Amino acid sequence: MTVTSCNIQKPNLGEVIEKYKEFPGSLLDLLHEVQEIDGYLSRDVMQQIAEGLGISESKVYGVATFYSLFKTAPTGQFIIRICESAPCHIRGAQEVLEAIEETLGIKPGETTLDGKFTLEFTSCLGLCGVAPAIMINDQVYGNLTSDRVKEVLLNF
Amino acid sequence: MEMVKVTVDNQQVEVPKGSTILEAAKKVGIKIPTLCYHEDLDVKAMCRICVVEVVGARTLQAACSQPVSDGMVIITNSPAVRRARKINLELLLSNHPQDCLNCVRNQRCELQSLADQLGVQQQRFRPKTKTKSPRDESTAALIRDPEKCILCRRCVEVCHQVQSVGAISPANRGIDTEIAPAGGVDLNDVACVQCGQCSLVCPVGAIYEQDHTERVWSALADSSKHVVVQTAPAIRVSIGEEFGLEPGQVSTGKLVAALRRLGFARVFDTDFTADLTIIEEGHELLERLNKGGTLPMITSCSPGWIKFIEHFYPEYLAHLSTCKSPQQMFGALAKTYYAEKTGIDPKDIYVVSIMPCTAKKYECGRPEMTDSGYADVDAALTTRELAKMIRLAGIDFASLPEEEYDAPLGISTGAAVIFGASGGVMEAALRTVYEVVTEETLASVDFKAVRGLEGIKEAEVDLKGTKVKVAVANGLGNARKLMDLIKEGKADYQFIEIMCCPGGCIGGGGQPIPTTNAIREKRIKAIYDADLGLPLRKSHENPAVKTLYEEFLKKPLGEKSHHLLHTDYTKRGKYPEAANR
Ligand code: SF4
Ligand code: SF4
Ligand code: SF4
Ligand code: FES
Ligand code: FES
Repeated sequence: MTVTSCNIQKPNLGEVIEKYKEFPGSLLDLLHEVQEIDGYLSRDVMQQIAEGLGISESKVYGVATFYSLFKTAPTGQFIIRICESAPCHIRGAQEVLEAIEETLGIKPGETTLDGKFTLEFTSCLGLCGVAPAIMINDQVYGNLTSDRVKEVLLNF
Repeated sequence: MEMVKVTVDNQQVEVPKGSTILEAAKKVGIKIPTLCYHEDLDVKAMCRICVVEVVGARTLQAACSQPVSDGMVIITNSPAVRRARKINLELLLSNHPQDCLNCVRNQRCELQSLADQLGVQQQRFRPKTKTKSPRDESTAALIRDPEKCILCRRCVEVCHQVQSVGAISPANRGIDTEIAPAGGVDLNDVACVQCGQCSLVCPVGAIYEQDHTERVWSALADSSKHVVVQTAPAIRVSIGEEFGLEPGQVSTGKLVAALRRLGFARVFDTDFTADLTIIEEGHELLERLNKGGTLPMITSCSPGWIKFIEHFYPEYLAHLSTCKSPQQMFGALAKTYYAEKTGIDPKDIYVVSIMPCTAKKYECGRPEMTDSGYADVDAALTTRELAKMIRLAGIDFASLPEEEYDAPLGISTGAAVIFGASGGVMEAALRTVYEVVTEETLASVDFKAVRGLEGIKEAEVDLKGTKVKVAVANGLGNARKLMDLIKEGKADYQFIEIMCCPGGCIGGGGQPIPTTNAIREKRIKAIYDADLGLPLRKSHENPAVKTLYEEFLKKPLGEKSHHLLHTDYTKRGKYPEAANR
């Protein structure tokens, strides 16, 4: 089992902003910590961050959408990140992607109707040794084939 | 200053330490092609069009960002350089709609000119397949077309650093990157002030004004319409640039002649209502000074500034003068006073304004701007749009004769002309307020301390013992600084002039492209030349304004003025659509 953040006391938005206010270069750390609260960064939350740091909301949004680990919309309980970098691509990531799409009925960027899975692309996960690779929340899965990945999904 | 010696294409040149390769090359008469570079903005080095060879360096260097060092040997034109520049450009073009014939920037586009200059003749790379967000036509003033955007980020810098608005930023990454408002929403749903400064620096057709020329052509062709036009003070010193005249020339007479040839029934001048603004606003200031009204009073001529304070400082709206802008005063009078005087039914009068500003399109559509019983102003054309109409009509601008404005709404003074430059409204107001209060004639009407491009200017005037301290800001970043002073209770001014755009209207978002700070300086000089050349230079000496009060308004701040010439403002807040979510 992976440890999910549910077991930890959730931080409070105001307190997190207050904590980082004095450190102008700390937007990334702040966003990480804030995302823990709802699992994604809503417009309201980004506006409050912008207010707190005295920067524009468009800038916060720009940073939040630059990094694939930040979410600006609610996501499923499990986020499947499939690597789209070259080594995984060469070793059959496309096949793995198609298998996931077929099993769950969603495309990258989408969430299953039951709110269980969100599928998205990521760049290299640093797991090229076991390419093609995916991550589901914090858990890593490598050396995948279309059959292997279907099996993995069935266990959720 | 420490100098360094470098060699550019076999020519020796000495430049100050820290100069870029681009600057050094310019000194020996070589113009290295650039795309993302803009002379008034920070170097971004995004496009790599400006690459050159530096002897000893492993790779080609970006000339716009690379500083020279002593003894550097630079080659700006070699097969490798030409090849790299062209490939970089072709890659950009492969991701760009090949749509020049239908594009607002056709023949005035930096990307298109580069394709010509660098010898692009065929599409070698597979054209793009990835589509961007659809065109955003949500605002009254501007259109954004992400498909055409080359991501140079000039607009972002202007919107954040110069205007301190921050309405748009780069969002997403890689091939998905776009310049967008927060949340990817429409521009109209964020606190954009519609100043159009972004459109002024965009090298391509990715941000441009909403077209009003079509509706003006229709009105001109409609025989039941009496179409009148007003020209803002700043047009006369910029329109010539659209027709190849050097920046800094005054073309008032030719401007009038061109408008007459386009078929306008009367050619009037916003300067008339600029003079009127001074009378109304001057009396408003005196009333606030005498009766303890909200001070400092802040000018209200600039619609981008009005939208800015409504979004960012909504709790300070009482500081604004209640005077409408000269554009809106003109519209309200054209459909009342002028209609009565000529016996023309106001429903048949069509008011067009020629403005240096995109935000004027937004202003004339504000729901409260209908005090005449009709839309006070029907169309607001930018300087660029007017030039387009003149070209379409085949009018040879440079060879036009000098003609005069029509009476009565075309009669004005030098005080009105200077409205076009930052500090002008203040200076015009001081000329009048001084003489009204002291009942003495000014020895010199020139208040030079408030002139020029500097961001914030201050002055003090002695009105027979009462000292009045004034401040002038241009560009919203500077306006923000003054507002923060007011917020902190540290502003000891009585009167403040704020213009949204850098340099004032001569640098407005609807002015000819390019508008750089160097060009702004020249237009400013032309404005003060025009003022000097006029027989009357004080608003209260305008005979047509005097007649207007005798025949119609009766007195400044009177009932009619209150109804037609004054307005109120709306608290908008920083996140205008947050409540609808
Ligand atoms: S932006 Fe420039 S290159 Fe692109 S379609 Fe318009 S004119 Fe052509
Ligand atoms: S119009 Fe002005 S405020 Fe709006 S995006 Fe452009 S620069 Fe920013
Ligand atoms: S909209 Fe224009 S100025 Fe802004 S990044 Fe795109 S091309 Fe550059
Ligand atoms: S390329 Fe897929 S993990 Fe590195
Ligand atoms: S002009 Fe130098 S990198 Fe764009």
